[in-house]
Amino acid sequence: MAHSYRNLLLFAAVGLLFILTGIFQSWNLSLQILNIGILSAIMALGVNMQWGYAGLFSTGVVGSVALGGLAVVVVSAPPVPEAFAAGGWTVLGGLVLGVAVIVAATLLYRSMKPGRARGLAVAAVVVMGFFLYRYVFDSGVAAVEAFNPATYGNIGGFGLPSLLAWPVGALFAGIAAWVIGKIALGLRSDYLAIATLGIAEIVVVVLKSEDWLARGVKNITGLPRPWPVPLEVDLQADAGFVDFVTRWGWEPIGASTILVKLLYMALFGTVLLVLIWGSERALNSPWGRMMRAIRDNEIAASAMGKNVTKRHLQVFIIGSAVVGLAGAMLTSMEGQLVPGVYSPLRFTFLIWVMVIVGGSGNNWGSVLGGLLLGWLWLAVEYLGPNLMGYITAALPPGDLKTHLIDSAQHMRLVTLGVVLLLVLRFAPRGLIPEK
Amino acid sequence: MDILNAFVALLNFVIVPGVAYGSQLALGALGVTLIFAVLRFSNFAHGDTMAFGTAIVIMVTWLLQSWGISFGPLPTALLALPFGIAVTAGLVLLTDRGIYRFYRRQKAAPIILVIVSAGVMFVMNGLVRLIIGVEERNFTDGERFLLDAQTFKAATGLAEPLVIKTTVAVTVVIAVLCVAALFWFLQNTRTGKSMRAFSDNEDLALLSGINPDRVVQVTWIIAAALAVIAGTLYGLDKSFRPFVYFQLLLPVFAAAVVGGLGSPLGAIAGGYIVALSEVVLTYAWKKVATYVLPDSMAPDGLMQLLSTDYKVAVSFAILIIVLLFMPTGIFKGK
Repeated sequence: MAHSYRNLLLFAAVGLLFILTGIFQSWNLSLQILNIGILSAIMALGVNMQWGYAGLFSTGVVGSVALGGLAVVVVSAPPVPEAFAAGGWTVLGGLVLGVAVIVAATLLYRSMKPGRARGLAVAAVVVMGFFLYRYVFDSGVAAVEAFNPATYGNIGGFGLPSLLAWPVGALFAGIAAWVIGKIALGLRSDYLAIATLGIAEIVVVVLKSEDWLARGVKNITGLPRPWPVPLEVDLQADAGFVDFVTRWGWEPIGASTILVKLLYMALFGTVLLVLIWGSERALNSPWGRMMRAIRDNEIAASAMGKNVTKRHLQVFIIGSAVVGLAGAMLTSMEGQLVPGVYSPLRFTFLIWVMVIVGGSGNNWGSVLGGLLLGWLWLAVEYLGPNLMGYITAALPPGDLKTHLIDSAQHMRLVTLGVVLLLVLRFAPRGLIPEK
Repeated sequence: MDILNAFVALLNFVIVPGVAYGSQLALGALGVTLIFAVLRFSNFAHGDTMAFGTAIVIMVTWLLQSWGISFGPLPTALLALPFGIAVTAGLVLLTDRGIYRFYRRQKAAPIILVIVSAGVMFVMNGLVRLIIGVEERNFTDGERFLLDAQTFKAATGLAEPLVIKTTVAVTVVIAVLCVAALFWFLQNTRTGKSMRAFSDNEDLALLSGINPDRVVQVTWIIAAALAVIAGTLYGLDKSFRPFVYFQLLLPVFAAAVVGGLGSPLGAIAGGYIVALSEVVLTYAWKKVATYVLPDSMAPDGLMQLLSTDYKVAVSFAILIIVLLFMPTGIFKGK
């Protein structure tokens, strides 16, 4: 029992942080941090499935997040019929062709006998396929990007509700995880870490440079809100809402932003609770026991007839899909896709620190870590430069002072790295240890 | 004449830059592979060790320049190199003492060490940004070209120039010297032999009285030296930006894995394979093709297989192919 009191106390302490932020800064900021904290907690849950349940170390969390963001554009961005008519089918045809080439090469590789003939045949298929793919794909891309590049220049989305994009985000991330897991799992454990580092970088580069897809670094803005969250301006124009708030003595503009954030909080909170419920059930089921058994002793587990690689692949896909889901939720909340924000520091490393500080293998630990570090990360963004300002107040204005104040943001990197190293060394089980 | 011109263009835009970049990657991959051979984990902090060492070298270079010291036609940074190596080796030994040694004694799983090295990577990354900032720095000085375009054209009468930058020549020479020294050290000295023994069979090495702490320390020092040299050469050849060095991690890993993790010879081969494939796939072949092909077949596009944005995809693709078909690499690593 003492344990559950301690855990409640920890959650209460984190709650207090948010309340204090609300009182001393503003409720708007506090809720904003909380919403991002909930999303980070969901990502941490996904990473915890990979690391905590199965002991898989992926350095490509940011890739899953970005794929989730891409799903929002694909599903809910307004369609651009002219651009799609100009080259949409050609682009998609090119992509299908590319996949077909890979499948053909794989089939050929499997069906032929090992030897020089096989190597040459597979190489020929790949090389010719690549040129054919580039020929089809490039012409489509040129046609799409030529259409009104200042506003569009992309094939657009389906214009469907944003909520639908969330499972699609999970699907995208899951497919990517399947591809990478198929290749890198079952080899040395380091290889998964190296391969995921690569796939994450590639996903971000694709988002940055494929203008036909999501306008690249020109960014897509104005993505629709998920149901039931209204736009602030619509709320302020709604007579019933204004009437209601003024009766309570609040001013309409502030109240509308707060209401929007509360709705997001409810939406994200529901998803988080469903996921925790599901993961707790899974972790306490025979499946969860099997995963832990594999993690603790792979050889013993495979002697008992468990297919270690297959289970690893399964949990790796599920974990990445959860991260992708959170990535889609993040993009649909922000209403825009900005590829530049997908930095490995923010979306891989920070999530890792959340999982390890919270307690590897414990779902509640990941949630606690997500909320706590989500708060710290954003709070430090505001506090850091101010604090450095106080420290350097006595210094005369000049290069040194500006350098020190600018350097406050880099301190986050050092601090987080040190926190991770200290926790791993002195409290490897984290704040809420696995039972 | 056209064939010669095509050949010179190929040399100028593909072979020379590819060999220089390959030498830099090879030195980086050697560090990764040595750490892997002796300490048995992939060191994610290696890219940022390169960045840290280069940052120190740049600061010492500025100091030397402000004192009016230069290295004649060669870049001043070469004079600063020993200081950078010393400081970085000191830092790396400190991290080993304070961080890695604990897990080694515990016989922790390699994956724990990988995570720990990721933590070290972020601390180092932050330190580099604190020390030198995030902006691009150019610190090349001295003679710019060993062979410039005018001289070559005047000497040969070809339309295509062949340019060899001093930094490229310096890179190749230093890389060859380093590799020769390293192999001599591993083959002929007592410490080098004990390193190889330790890498082959730890228990047997311990039985025969090899001091593991000493082997580990020497390995860290060598890896740090290689990292600083590789980082400085890369910075001289291109420019220094902390983020770029973080991204170098992937090609360096790819090079080490292609050759076979733990195999020094493999790391060198891997470095050149990765670098040359990257340059070949992202080079616009139009110029070479126009010389070689008859006029009627002149290409209208750039004939670029991949846009330069996708450089990272090349190292990744190589990595994937190796993992699929020969997970232990060309030279049968671990």
